[in-house]
Amino acid sequence: MSKVISKTCAVIDYGMGNLHSAHGALQKVAPNSNILVTSDPAKILAADHVVLPGVGAIRDCMSEIQRQEIDQVVAEVAKAKPLLGICVGLQAMMTRSEENGGIDCMNMFPGQVQYFGDNLLGDEFRDGTSDRLKVPHMGWNQVEQVAHPLWQDIKDQSRFYFVHSYFVTADDQSQVKGRGHYGKPFAAAMGQDNVFAVQFHPEKSHKNGLQLLQNFLSWDGQA
Amino acid sequence: MALAKRIIPCLDVDQGRVVKGVNFVGIRDAGDPVEVAKRYDEQGADEITFLDITATHEARGTTVKMVEAIAEHVFIPLTVGGGIREVEDIRRMLNAGADKVSINSAAVYNPEFVREASEKFGAQCIVVAIDAKRVAGSGVLGDAENKWEIFTHGGRKPTGIDAVEWAVKMANFGAGEILLTSMDRDGVKTGFDLGVTRAISDAVNIPVIASGGVGNLEHLAEGVQLGHADAVLAASIFHFGEYTVQEAKQHMADAGIEMRLD
Repeated sequence: MSKVISKTCAVIDYGMGNLHSAHGALQKVAPNSNILVTSDPAKILAADHVVLPGVGAIRDCMSEIQRQEIDQVVAEVAKAKPLLGICVGLQAMMTRSEENGGIDCMNMFPGQVQYFGDNLLGDEFRDGTSDRLKVPHMGWNQVEQVAHPLWQDIKDQSRFYFVHSYFVTADDQSQVKGRGHYGKPFAAAMGQDNVFAVQFHPEKSHKNGLQLLQNFLSWDGQA
Repeated sequence: MALAKRIIPCLDVDQGRVVKGVNFVGIRDAGDPVEVAKRYDEQGADEITFLDITATHEARGTTVKMVEAIAEHVFIPLTVGGGIREVEDIRRMLNAGADKVSINSAAVYNPEFVREASEKFGAQCIVVAIDAKRVAGSGVLGDAENKWEIFTHGGRKPTGIDAVEWAVKMANFGAGEILLTSMDRDGVKTGFDLGVTRAISDAVNIPVIASGGVGNLEHLAEGVQLGHADAVLAASIFHFGEYTVQEAKQHMADAGIEMRLD
Protein backbone atom coordinates (compact mmCIF):
# COMPACT_ATOMS: atom_id res chain seq x y z
CA MET A 1 0.00 0.00 0.00
CA SER A 2 1.40 3.37 -1.00
CA LYS A 3 2.04 5.88 1.76
CA VAL A 4 1.09 9.51 1.17
CA ILE A 5 4.13 11.80 1.35
CA SER A 6 2.52 14.98 0.07
CA LYS A 7 2.08 17.63 2.76
CA THR A 8 0.57 20.07 0.31
CA CYS A 9 -1.03 19.35 -3.05
CA ALA A 10 -2.15 22.19 -5.30
CA VAL A 11 -5.02 21.66 -7.73
CA ILE A 12 -4.58 24.38 -10.34
CA ASP A 13 -7.75 26.45 -10.73
CA TYR A 14 -7.72 28.41 -13.97
CA GLY A 15 -11.46 28.87 -14.12
CA MET A 16 -12.30 25.82 -16.21
CA GLY A 17 -14.93 23.82 -14.44
CA ASN A 18 -15.68 22.46 -11.10
CA LEU A 19 -12.78 21.20 -9.00
CA HIS A 20 -14.92 20.03 -6.12
CA SER A 21 -14.61 16.36 -7.12
CA ALA A 22 -10.85 16.42 -7.59
CA HIS A 23 -10.40 18.22 -4.30
CA GLY A 24 -12.75 15.86 -2.47
CA ALA A 25 -11.13 12.71 -3.82
CA LEU A 26 -7.58 13.89 -3.04
CA GLN A 27 -8.65 14.88 0.47
CA LYS A 28 -10.30 11.48 0.91
CA VAL A 29 -7.08 9.56 0.17
CA ALA A 30 -4.88 12.04 2.06
CA PRO A 31 -6.90 13.28 5.04
CA ASN A 32 -3.79 14.74 6.70
CA SER A 33 -2.54 16.61 3.64
CA ASN A 34 -3.36 20.15 2.72
CA ILE A 35 -5.24 20.03 -0.61
CA LEU A 36 -5.43 23.51 -2.13
CA VAL A 37 -7.52 24.64 -5.06
CA THR A 38 -5.64 27.70 -6.28
CA SER A 39 -4.53 29.83 -9.20
CA ASP A 40 -1.78 31.55 -7.18
CA PRO A 41 1.62 30.74 -8.79
CA ALA A 42 3.41 31.12 -5.45
CA LYS A 43 1.19 28.53 -3.79
CA ILE A 44 1.42 26.18 -6.75
CA LEU A 45 5.22 26.42 -6.82
CA ALA A 46 5.40 25.86 -3.05
CA ALA A 47 3.29 22.67 -3.12
CA ASP A 48 4.81 19.17 -3.01
CA HIS A 49 2.44 17.78 -5.64
CA VAL A 50 0.52 19.58 -8.37
CA VAL A 51 -2.62 18.56 -10.31
CA LEU A 52 -3.61 20.14 -13.63
CA PRO A 53 -7.30 19.36 -14.26
CA GLY A 54 -9.41 20.52 -17.16
CA VAL A 55 -12.88 20.22 -18.63
CA GLY A 56 -14.66 21.76 -21.57
CA ALA A 57 -13.27 22.96 -24.86
CA ILE A 58 -9.52 23.15 -25.47
CA ARG A 59 -9.66 26.67 -26.91
CA ASP A 60 -11.09 28.06 -23.68
CA CYS A 61 -8.69 25.99 -21.56
CA MET A 62 -5.59 27.05 -23.49
CA SER A 63 -6.61 30.69 -23.61
CA GLU A 64 -7.09 30.76 -19.82
CA ILE A 65 -3.84 28.83 -19.27
CA GLN A 66 -1.99 31.41 -21.37
CA ARG A 67 -3.81 34.47 -20.06
CA GLN A 68 -3.09 33.53 -16.46
CA GLU A 69 0.44 32.36 -17.37
CA ILE A 70 -0.37 28.93 -15.96
CA ASP A 71 1.76 27.46 -18.77
CA GLN A 72 4.86 29.03 -17.25
CA VAL A 73 3.96 27.77 -13.79
CA VAL A 74 3.31 24.28 -15.14
CA ALA A 75 6.64 24.31 -17.00
CA GLU A 76 8.37 25.24 -13.77
CA VAL A 77 6.55 22.51 -11.81
CA ALA A 78 7.38 19.97 -14.51
CA LYS A 79 11.10 20.52 -13.95
CA ALA A 80 11.02 18.98 -10.49
CA LYS A 81 7.73 18.14 -8.79
CA PRO A 82 5.27 15.28 -9.31
CA LEU A 83 2.64 16.67 -11.68
CA LEU A 84 -0.63 14.96 -12.62
CA GLY A 85 -2.72 16.04 -15.63
CA ILE A 86 -6.37 14.99 -15.79
CA CYS A 87 -8.60 14.82 -18.89
CA VAL A 88 -8.27 18.12 -20.78
CA GLY A 89 -5.27 18.71 -18.51
CA LEU A 90 -3.60 15.85 -20.40
CA GLN A 91 -4.73 17.20 -23.77
CA ALA A 92 -3.31 20.63 -22.90
CA MET A 93 0.08 18.94 -22.37
CA MET A 94 0.17 17.64 -25.96
CA THR A 95 1.56 19.48 -28.99
CA ARG A 96 -1.69 20.37 -30.71
CA SER A 97 -5.41 19.64 -30.65
CA GLU A 98 -7.64 19.67 -33.71
CA GLU A 99 -10.61 20.80 -31.57
CA ASN A 100 -12.00 24.30 -32.26
CA GLY A 101 -10.31 24.38 -35.67
CA GLY A 102 -6.83 23.63 -34.32
CA ILE A 103 -5.23 24.87 -31.11
CA ASP A 104 -1.57 24.83 -30.13
CA CYS A 105 -1.05 23.32 -26.69
CA MET A 106 1.86 23.20 -24.22
CA ASN A 107 3.91 20.58 -26.09
CA MET A 108 5.16 18.81 -22.98
CA PHE A 109 4.41 15.49 -24.71
CA PRO A 110 4.91 15.44 -28.48
CA GLY A 111 1.67 14.25 -30.03
CA GLN A 112 -1.77 15.14 -31.32
CA VAL A 113 -5.32 15.38 -30.02
CA GLN A 114 -7.95 14.31 -32.57
CA TYR A 115 -11.73 13.85 -32.80
CA PHE A 116 -13.04 10.30 -32.39
CA GLY A 117 -15.25 10.62 -35.47
CA ASP A 118 -18.90 9.88 -36.12
CA ASN A 119 -18.64 6.40 -37.57
CA LEU A 120 -17.09 4.27 -34.88
CA LEU A 121 -18.30 0.68 -34.76
CA GLY A 122 -18.29 -1.64 -31.76
CA ASP A 123 -19.66 -5.08 -30.88
CA GLU A 124 -22.72 -6.75 -32.39
CA PHE A 125 -26.10 -6.60 -30.69
CA ARG A 126 -28.44 -9.57 -30.18
CA ASP A 127 -30.26 -8.59 -33.38
CA GLY A 128 -27.09 -8.76 -35.45
CA THR A 129 -26.73 -5.02 -36.03
CA SER A 130 -23.50 -3.43 -34.92
CA ASP A 131 -23.18 -1.18 -31.91
CA ARG A 132 -22.46 2.31 -33.20
CA LEU A 133 -20.06 3.86 -30.71
CA LYS A 134 -21.36 7.17 -29.45
CA VAL A 135 -19.28 10.28 -28.98
CA PRO A 136 -18.40 11.42 -26.33
CA HIS A 137 -16.67 8.26 -25.17
CA MET A 138 -18.55 8.25 -21.88
CA GLY A 139 -18.30 5.60 -19.20
CA TRP A 140 -16.05 2.92 -17.80
CA ASN A 141 -13.36 1.53 -20.07
CA GLN A 142 -10.31 -0.62 -19.53
CA VAL A 143 -6.74 0.60 -19.48
CA GLU A 144 -3.84 -1.59 -20.47
CA GLN A 145 -1.07 -0.52 -18.13
CA VAL A 146 2.59 0.08 -18.89
CA ALA A 147 4.69 -0.38 -15.75
CA HIS A 148 4.72 2.82 -13.70
CA PRO A 149 4.58 3.61 -9.95
CA LEU A 150 1.13 5.24 -10.37
CA TRP A 151 -0.41 1.86 -11.23
CA GLN A 152 0.67 0.31 -7.93
CA ASP A 153 -2.03 -1.92 -6.37
CA ILE A 154 -4.31 -1.45 -9.42
CA LYS A 155 -4.95 -4.54 -11.53
CA ASP A 156 -3.96 -4.33 -15.18
CA GLN A 157 -7.03 -3.81 -17.44
CA SER A 158 -8.95 -2.15 -14.62
CA ARG A 159 -11.73 0.21 -15.66
CA PHE A 160 -11.74 3.97 -15.23
CA TYR A 161 -14.40 6.60 -15.96
CA PHE A 162 -13.88 8.50 -19.23
CA VAL A 163 -15.74 11.45 -20.74
CA HIS A 164 -14.12 12.84 -23.88
CA SER A 165 -14.71 13.36 -27.58
CA TYR A 166 -11.06 13.96 -28.52
CA PHE A 167 -8.26 11.45 -28.02
CA VAL A 168 -4.49 11.58 -27.65
CA THR A 169 -1.90 9.91 -29.85
CA ALA A 170 1.75 10.11 -28.83
CA ASP A 171 4.70 10.59 -31.15
CA ASP A 172 6.97 8.81 -28.69
CA GLN A 173 5.41 5.45 -27.77
CA SER A 174 7.72 5.11 -24.77
CA GLN A 175 5.75 7.95 -23.13
CA VAL A 176 2.48 6.00 -23.30
CA LYS A 177 1.86 4.59 -19.83
CA GLY A 178 -1.69 3.36 -20.39
CA ARG A 179 -3.45 2.25 -23.57
CA GLY A 180 -7.16 2.62 -24.20
CA HIS A 181 -9.38 1.52 -27.08
CA TYR A 182 -12.66 2.98 -28.34
CA GLY A 183 -13.18 2.10 -31.96
CA LYS A 184 -9.50 2.95 -32.29
CA PRO A 185 -6.49 2.86 -29.98
CA PHE A 186 -5.65 5.97 -27.94
CA ALA A 187 -3.32 7.01 -25.12
CA ALA A 188 -5.17 6.75 -21.79
CA ALA A 189 -2.09 7.74 -19.79
CA MET A 190 1.15 9.52 -20.64
CA GLY A 191 4.26 9.83 -18.52
CA GLN A 192 7.77 11.17 -18.58
CA ASP A 193 10.01 11.54 -15.54
CA ASN A 194 7.98 13.34 -12.84
CA VAL A 195 4.97 14.11 -15.05
CA PHE A 196 1.98 11.77 -15.41
CA ALA A 197 -1.28 12.52 -17.15
CA VAL A 198 -4.49 10.58 -17.67
CA GLN A 199 -7.42 10.92 -20.06
CA PHE A 200 -9.89 9.43 -17.57
CA HIS A 201 -11.19 10.96 -14.34
CA PRO A 202 -9.52 9.25 -11.36
CA GLU A 203 -11.63 11.39 -9.02
CA LYS A 204 -14.75 9.72 -10.48
CA SER A 205 -13.32 6.21 -10.89
CA HIS A 206 -14.25 4.71 -7.54
CA LYS A 207 -11.61 2.52 -5.85
CA ASN A 208 -9.22 2.31 -8.80
CA GLY A 209 -9.28 6.07 -9.22
CA LEU A 210 -8.77 6.78 -5.54
CA GLN A 211 -5.86 4.31 -5.53
CA LEU A 212 -4.25 6.15 -8.44
CA LEU A 213 -4.62 9.47 -6.63
CA GLN A 214 -3.14 7.97 -3.48
CA ASN A 215 -0.26 6.57 -5.55
CA PHE A 216 0.30 10.05 -6.98
CA LEU A 217 0.43 11.69 -3.56
CA SER A 218 2.84 8.94 -2.48
CA TRP A 219 5.06 9.40 -5.52
CA ASP A 220 8.48 11.02 -5.33
CA GLY A 221 8.45 11.67 -9.08
CA GLN A 222 10.89 8.92 -9.96
CA ALA A 223 9.66 6.85 -12.88
CA MET B 1 -11.32 -4.15 -24.35
CA ALA B 2 -14.54 -2.22 -24.70
CA LEU B 3 -16.59 0.47 -23.09
CA ALA B 4 -18.92 -0.99 -20.46
CA LYS B 5 -22.65 -0.39 -20.53
CA ARG B 6 -23.71 1.40 -17.39
CA ILE B 7 -26.23 0.71 -14.64
CA ILE B 8 -27.50 3.86 -13.00
CA PRO B 9 -29.65 3.62 -9.87
CA CYS B 10 -31.97 6.60 -9.67
CA LEU B 11 -32.98 8.32 -6.47
CA ASP B 12 -36.21 10.28 -6.74
CA VAL B 13 -36.05 12.64 -3.81
CA ASP B 14 -38.95 14.51 -2.24
CA GLN B 15 -38.24 16.84 0.67
CA GLY B 16 -35.08 15.02 1.65
CA ARG B 17 -36.33 11.42 1.33
CA VAL B 18 -35.91 8.87 -1.45
CA VAL B 19 -39.35 8.03 -2.83
CA LYS B 20 -40.73 6.09 -5.75
CA GLY B 21 -44.05 6.73 -7.43
CA VAL B 22 -46.05 4.57 -9.83
CA ASN B 23 -46.75 6.28 -13.17
CA PHE B 24 -45.40 9.46 -11.58
CA VAL B 25 -48.04 9.51 -8.82
CA GLY B 26 -48.38 7.58 -5.58
CA ILE B 27 -45.33 7.65 -3.36
CA ARG B 28 -43.48 5.05 -1.28
CA ASP B 29 -40.65 5.98 1.11
CA ALA B 30 -37.29 4.34 0.38
CA GLY B 31 -34.87 5.96 2.78
CA ASP B 32 -32.23 8.59 3.38
CA PRO B 33 -30.57 9.66 0.10
CA VAL B 34 -27.03 9.72 1.44
CA GLU B 35 -27.32 6.21 2.88
CA VAL B 36 -28.99 4.90 -0.27
CA ALA B 37 -26.32 6.47 -2.50
CA LYS B 38 -23.53 4.98 -0.38
CA ARG B 39 -25.14 1.55 -0.58
CA TYR B 40 -25.35 1.69 -4.39
CA ASP B 41 -21.78 2.96 -4.62
CA GLU B 42 -20.59 -0.05 -2.58
CA GLN B 43 -22.63 -2.39 -4.78
CA GLY B 44 -20.79 -1.17 -7.87
CA ALA B 45 -23.19 1.35 -9.40
CA ASP B 46 -21.58 3.02 -12.42
CA GLU B 47 -23.22 6.38 -11.74
CA ILE B 48 -25.99 7.72 -9.57
CA THR B 49 -28.83 9.95 -10.71
CA PHE B 50 -30.67 12.06 -8.27
CA LEU B 51 -34.00 13.61 -9.30
CA ASP B 52 -35.48 16.24 -7.05
CA ILE B 53 -39.19 15.73 -7.61
CA THR B 54 -40.35 18.45 -5.24
CA ALA B 55 -38.09 21.03 -6.78
CA THR B 56 -39.99 23.88 -5.20
CA HIS B 57 -38.04 26.96 -4.43
CA GLU B 58 -37.90 26.26 -0.67
CA ALA B 59 -36.62 22.72 -1.18
CA ARG B 60 -33.63 23.84 -3.26
CA GLY B 61 -31.39 24.41 -0.27
CA THR B 62 -32.08 20.91 1.02
CA THR B 63 -31.14 19.45 -2.33
CA VAL B 64 -27.85 21.34 -2.50
CA LYS B 65 -26.92 20.09 0.98
CA MET B 66 -27.81 16.55 0.02
CA VAL B 67 -25.70 16.68 -3.13
CA GLU B 68 -22.79 17.98 -1.06
CA ALA B 69 -23.18 15.15 1.45
CA ILE B 70 -23.36 12.50 -1.28
CA ALA B 71 -20.39 13.92 -3.20
CA GLU B 72 -18.30 13.69 -0.06
CA HIS B 73 -18.75 9.92 0.11
CA VAL B 74 -19.34 8.75 -3.43
CA PHE B 75 -16.57 8.84 -6.04
CA ILE B 76 -18.52 7.96 -9.14
CA PRO B 77 -20.36 10.37 -11.47
CA LEU B 78 -23.39 12.03 -9.98
CA THR B 79 -26.24 13.55 -12.02
CA VAL B 80 -28.77 15.91 -10.50
CA GLY B 81 -32.10 16.84 -12.08
CA GLY B 82 -35.39 18.46 -11.17
CA GLY B 83 -36.06 22.15 -11.39
CA ILE B 84 -32.95 23.04 -13.40
CA ARG B 85 -34.19 26.18 -15.17
CA GLU B 86 -31.32 28.60 -15.44
CA VAL B 87 -27.56 28.80 -15.63
CA GLU B 88 -27.38 29.64 -11.95
CA ASP B 89 -29.18 26.37 -11.04
CA ILE B 90 -26.54 24.44 -12.98
CA ARG B 91 -23.67 26.29 -11.40
CA ARG B 92 -25.09 25.69 -7.92
CA MET B 93 -25.42 21.93 -8.47
CA LEU B 94 -21.97 21.57 -10.06
CA ASN B 95 -20.45 23.52 -7.19
CA ALA B 96 -22.22 21.24 -4.73
CA GLY B 97 -20.44 18.27 -6.33
CA ALA B 98 -22.70 17.13 -9.16
CA ASP B 99 -20.92 16.09 -12.35
CA LYS B 100 -23.90 16.49 -14.64
CA VAL B 101 -27.27 18.14 -14.50
CA SER B 102 -30.42 16.90 -16.13
CA ILE B 103 -32.64 19.45 -17.87
CA ASN B 104 -36.22 18.55 -18.66
CA SER B 105 -39.11 21.04 -18.90
CA ALA B 106 -36.83 24.06 -19.22
CA ALA B 107 -35.39 22.60 -22.44
CA VAL B 108 -38.88 22.33 -23.91
CA TYR B 109 -39.81 25.93 -23.08
CA ASN B 110 -36.46 27.32 -24.10
CA PRO B 111 -34.27 25.03 -26.22
CA GLU B 112 -31.64 27.77 -26.36
CA PHE B 113 -31.07 27.15 -22.66
CA VAL B 114 -29.52 23.78 -23.57
CA ARG B 115 -27.21 25.43 -26.08
CA GLU B 116 -26.21 28.10 -23.60
CA ALA B 117 -25.62 25.55 -20.82
CA SER B 118 -23.56 23.32 -23.08
CA GLU B 119 -21.39 26.19 -24.25
CA LYS B 120 -20.88 27.42 -20.71
CA PHE B 121 -20.26 24.17 -18.86
CA GLY B 122 -19.41 21.69 -21.64
CA ALA B 123 -21.64 19.06 -23.27
CA GLN B 124 -20.26 16.40 -20.93
CA CYS B 125 -22.29 17.75 -18.02
CA ILE B 126 -25.56 18.49 -19.81
CA VAL B 127 -28.11 15.68 -19.82
CA VAL B 128 -31.44 16.34 -21.49
CA ALA B 129 -34.26 14.35 -19.92
CA ILE B 130 -37.10 13.35 -22.22
CA ASP B 131 -40.40 12.01 -20.90
CA ALA B 132 -42.05 10.23 -23.83
CA LYS B 133 -45.48 8.69 -24.22
CA ARG B 134 -46.61 6.58 -27.15
CA VAL B 135 -49.33 8.34 -29.18
CA ALA B 136 -49.61 5.99 -32.20
CA GLY B 137 -48.86 2.42 -33.23
CA SER B 138 -49.03 -0.84 -31.30
CA GLY B 139 -45.94 -0.23 -29.21
CA VAL B 140 -44.46 -3.52 -30.44
CA LEU B 141 -40.79 -3.19 -31.30
CA GLY B 142 -40.44 -2.63 -35.04
CA ASP B 143 -43.98 -1.34 -35.70
CA ALA B 144 -43.42 1.49 -38.18
CA GLU B 145 -46.61 3.19 -36.98
CA ASN B 146 -45.18 3.77 -33.49
CA LYS B 147 -44.93 7.42 -32.52
CA TRP B 148 -43.99 9.04 -29.26
CA GLU B 149 -44.63 12.52 -27.97
CA ILE B 150 -42.83 14.37 -25.21
CA PHE B 151 -44.61 15.43 -22.05
CA THR B 152 -43.56 17.87 -19.34
CA HIS B 153 -44.45 18.45 -15.69
CA GLY B 154 -43.89 14.90 -14.58
CA GLY B 155 -45.84 13.58 -17.50
CA ARG B 156 -48.94 15.73 -17.07
CA LYS B 157 -48.56 18.16 -19.97
CA PRO B 158 -48.48 17.10 -23.63
CA THR B 159 -46.36 19.26 -25.95
CA GLY B 160 -47.16 18.00 -29.44
CA ILE B 161 -43.44 17.48 -30.04
CA ASP B 162 -42.23 14.21 -31.58
CA ALA B 163 -39.82 12.51 -29.18
CA VAL B 164 -37.31 11.27 -31.77
CA GLU B 165 -37.12 14.63 -33.56
CA TRP B 166 -36.72 16.33 -30.21
CA ALA B 167 -33.83 14.07 -29.20
CA VAL B 168 -32.01 14.82 -32.45
CA LYS B 169 -32.56 18.54 -31.93
CA MET B 170 -31.27 18.40 -28.35
CA ALA B 171 -28.15 16.51 -29.47
CA ASN B 172 -27.56 19.22 -32.07
CA PHE B 173 -28.02 21.89 -29.42
CA GLY B 174 -25.19 20.41 -27.37
CA ALA B 175 -26.71 17.83 -25.03
CA GLY B 176 -24.05 15.34 -23.98
CA GLU B 177 -26.48 12.60 -23.13
CA ILE B 178 -30.21 11.78 -23.28
CA LEU B 179 -32.13 10.42 -20.31
CA LEU B 180 -35.19 8.84 -21.87
CA THR B 181 -38.15 7.88 -19.70
CA SER B 182 -41.20 6.10 -21.00
CA MET B 183 -44.25 7.55 -19.28
CA ASP B 184 -46.27 4.49 -20.23
CA ARG B 185 -43.86 2.20 -18.45
CA ASP B 186 -42.62 4.24 -15.53
CA GLY B 187 -43.22 2.35 -12.30
CA VAL B 188 -45.23 -0.47 -13.91
CA LYS B 189 -42.39 -3.03 -14.08
CA THR B 190 -43.16 -4.51 -17.49
CA GLY B 191 -39.83 -3.54 -19.07
CA PHE B 192 -38.53 -0.54 -21.02
CA ASP B 193 -40.39 0.77 -24.04
CA LEU B 194 -37.81 -0.75 -26.36
CA GLY B 195 -39.31 0.89 -29.43
CA VAL B 196 -38.74 4.47 -28.38
CA THR B 197 -35.40 3.58 -26.79
CA ARG B 198 -34.06 2.10 -30.00
CA ALA B 199 -35.58 4.79 -32.22
CA ILE B 200 -33.87 7.54 -30.25
CA SER B 201 -30.60 5.71 -29.58
CA ASP B 202 -30.19 4.94 -33.28
CA ALA B 203 -31.09 8.51 -34.26
CA VAL B 204 -28.49 10.33 -32.16
CA ASN B 205 -24.73 10.04 -31.77
CA ILE B 206 -24.72 10.73 -28.02
CA PRO B 207 -25.29 8.17 -25.26
CA VAL B 208 -28.88 7.32 -24.35
CA ILE B 209 -29.97 6.20 -20.87
CA ALA B 210 -33.11 4.06 -20.89
CA SER B 211 -35.50 4.60 -18.02
CA GLY B 212 -38.99 3.58 -16.93
CA GLY B 213 -40.42 0.12 -16.50
CA VAL B 214 -37.69 -2.12 -15.14
CA GLY B 215 -39.23 -4.99 -13.16
CA ASN B 216 -36.54 -7.66 -13.46
CA LEU B 217 -32.92 -8.07 -14.49
CA GLU B 218 -33.69 -9.33 -17.97
CA HIS B 219 -35.38 -5.99 -18.67
CA LEU B 220 -32.02 -4.30 -18.11
CA ALA B 221 -30.30 -6.60 -20.61
CA GLU B 222 -33.09 -6.03 -23.15
CA GLY B 223 -32.66 -2.27 -22.81
CA VAL B 224 -29.11 -2.59 -24.12
CA GLN B 225 -29.42 -5.51 -26.50
CA LEU B 226 -32.80 -4.71 -28.05
CA GLY B 227 -33.25 -1.04 -27.15
CA HIS B 228 -29.63 -0.15 -28.03
CA ALA B 229 -29.32 1.91 -24.85
CA ASP B 230 -25.86 2.91 -23.66
CA ALA B 231 -26.93 2.89 -20.04
CA VAL B 232 -29.94 1.66 -18.08
CA LEU B 233 -31.56 3.42 -15.18
CA ALA B 234 -33.71 1.81 -12.51
CA ALA B 235 -35.05 2.74 -9.12
CA SER B 236 -37.58 0.50 -7.41
CA ILE B 237 -35.92 -2.87 -8.14
CA PHE B 238 -32.94 -1.63 -6.14
CA HIS B 239 -34.64 0.50 -3.49
CA PHE B 240 -36.74 -2.23 -1.99
CA GLY B 241 -34.00 -4.83 -1.98
CA GLU B 242 -35.35 -7.07 -4.76
CA TYR B 243 -31.95 -7.04 -6.45
CA THR B 244 -28.55 -5.55 -5.73
CA VAL B 245 -26.75 -3.52 -8.36
CA GLN B 246 -24.10 -6.22 -8.35
CA GLU B 247 -26.64 -8.92 -9.22
CA ALA B 248 -27.96 -6.75 -12.01
CA LYS B 249 -24.48 -6.24 -13.46
CA GLN B 250 -23.71 -9.93 -13.25
CA HIS B 251 -26.94 -10.78 -15.04
CA MET B 252 -26.11 -8.36 -17.85
CA ALA B 253 -22.56 -9.68 -18.12
CA ASP B 254 -23.91 -13.25 -18.32
CA ALA B 255 -26.14 -12.08 -21.18
CA GLY B 256 -22.97 -11.11 -23.05
CA ILE B 257 -22.95 -7.38 -22.30
CA GLU B 258 -19.67 -5.65 -21.50
CA MET B 259 -19.92 -4.56 -17.85
CA ARG B 260 -17.64 -3.21 -15.15
CA LEU B 261 -17.47 -5.96 -12.57
CA ASP B 262 -14.23 -5.19 -10.68
